[in-house]
Amino acid sequence: MKLYDGGKIIFGLIIFLGLITIPFYFNAGKAVAPPKPKLDTPVIQALAVKECVKPKEIMRAEHMRILDDWRNSVVREDDRQKIVIGGKEFTKSLQNGCLKCHSNKKDFCDKCHTYMAVNPYCWDCHFTPKENKS
Amino acid sequence: MKIIFSFFTVVLLVLLAFLGLKIANLYYLFGVIIPYAALAIFIIGFVYRVMKWASSPVPFRIPTTCGQQKSFPWIKQNKIENPSSTWGVIIRMLLEVLAFRSLFRNTKTESRDGKLSYGSDKWLWMAGLAFHWSFLVILIRHFRFFAADVPSVIHLIESLDSFLQIGVPLLYMTDIVLVAAVTFLFIRRVVIPQVNYISLIADYIPLFLILGIAISGILMRYLFKVHLVGVKNFAIGLINFNPVIPEGVGVIFYIHLFLISSLFAYFPFSKLMHAGGVFLSPTRNLANNSRMKRHVNPWDYPVKVHTYEEYEDDFREKMKNVGIPVEKE
Ligand code: HEC
Ligand code: HEC
Ligand code: HEC
Repeated sequence: MKLYDGGKIIFGLIIFLGLITIPFYFNAGKAVAPPKPKLDTPVIQALAVKECVKPKEIMRAEHMRILDDWRNSVVREDDRQKIVIGGKEFTKSLQNGCLKCHSNKKDFCDKCHTYMAVNPYCWDCHFTPKENKS
Repeated sequence: MKIIFSFFTVVLLVLLAFLGLKIANLYYLFGVIIPYAALAIFIIGFVYRVMKWASSPVPFRIPTTCGQQKSFPWIKQNKIENPSSTWGVIIRMLLEVLAFRSLFRNTKTESRDGKLSYGSDKWLWMAGLAFHWSFLVILIRHFRFFAADVPSVIHLIESLDSFLQIGVPLLYMTDIVLVAAVTFLFIRRVVIPQVNYISLIADYIPLFLILGIAISGILMRYLFKVHLVGVKNFAIGLINFNPVIPEGVGVIFYIHLFLISSLFAYFPFSKLMHAGGVFLSPTRNLANNSRMKRHVNPWDYPVKVHTYEEYEDDFREKMKNVGIPVEKE
């Protein structure tokens, strides 16, 4: 096959292929282990049944929506009543709810968020629990 | 008819993925085999199409120009719209590829008070630009699913895209822009009679396919949440050629993936090849230098010619006899 301006066109094609295959070589040589959020906080250890607000599968995917609902209900509707889910009471709060049990934010929330490259802006205002471990 | 056919083709694809997973449990097929196959078709098909274009000669300069060409030194040349040098062409191409310069000239012809009048029509340009740029941003943002350490550029793009901080998860502006722009491009095809008349199935299918991809992605992000950590494991498994099927990732993810695979596989066969084609458009990428350089047609074959000198040699005596002047005695 005779090419016209073949040099330029092949150069362009190589750049194109190099760009679209970035995902394949970007991680080369790096081990990528999925995060294992730790549950070994004092409050969770003391629980009789180790359950979150909702079943684990739902929490994994939808925890931000629960937080959003709670926030709207407290901040916008001024409803600070505790919420009852599955017979258990929860404080509708970030610091005093989720983080009471998950007091190991760095080993829990951040583990997943760093892996997924999400950076919730909540901590611009809300306090994070004091932790020794980094 | 063409619209209905295209629409139901995409609906069929969604149903195929849905039933394939819900009833037949074909996770490996839809999650691993089809994406790999689609990527292979995309790459091979793309390279093949470009090489095929590269093998056609473009012997003559056919740029469509719209400015003063290089002439006397005291006439100002429009160096970008009518380039005579490689740099002019590069700038012209950059404007074309990044800003859709030629669509900016899109005009509308109307009959007003019985007179034909032309007006500028920027809507197509605007929607096209909005669509392509948001698509690019969305594509780049997806890199976070493939990278172990996500580069800070991706974080930057992501935080700019979500800086309105609406809702949780944060609303991305490009999601809205993309859907709005594709919807506009679709409506335009339906509503404008001339455009409708020349629209084919091949024009509607990409629109519906992209709309389907966008909608399934948006639903997945904002409504039917999936276990994203699982999705990332899956993506990293795919690019390391060590596929794992994650647990607890909803069927909506596979629908999204299948529509994307369809788009990739369809790409080399479709008008979407304009992504590569724009760079190879002879009406854009050639310098208008016909008056400075001789361009020889490579198709020319040696033509047998009989010059005037040879003719005179053949008939010199006869010409002299009847008094026709000859050049050589
Ligand atoms: C009563 C204590 C408690 C509270 C309050 C609580 N959690 Fe949990 N959370 C747990 C326990 C225990 C688990 C482990 C559940 C399991 O393994 O089934 C868990 C699991 C999770 C998981 C899944 C982790 C994984 O392994 O994938 C997420 C995400 C999570 N919690 C987020 C939250 C968020 C967000 C809040 C606030 C809305 C919250 N939790 C409030 C106790 C709690
Ligand atoms: C601009 C600062 C700011 C940001 C950012 C912010 N919050 Fe808040 N949040 C507040 C304030 C102020 C309150 C009210 C506290 C009160 O009245 O007790 C509040 C209350 C809440 C509450 C209920 C009360 C409590 O004690 O927690 C929740 C839940 C909550 N925020 C969740 C979030 C989440 C989730 C995010 C991130 C997506 C977030 N917030 C980001 C300022 C902020
Ligand atoms: C199982 C892993 C995991 C754990 C554990 C986890 N998250 Fe998340 N979180 C995610 C994922 C995945 C997202 C969604 C990212 C997306 O949609 O791009 C997310 C998103 C969020 C968001 C919305 C951020 C945004 O900008 O859209 C908030 C708020 C949030 N998580 C809070 C928490 C808090 C608080 C905890 C700890 C109590 C926690 N998460 C623990 C995985 C996790």
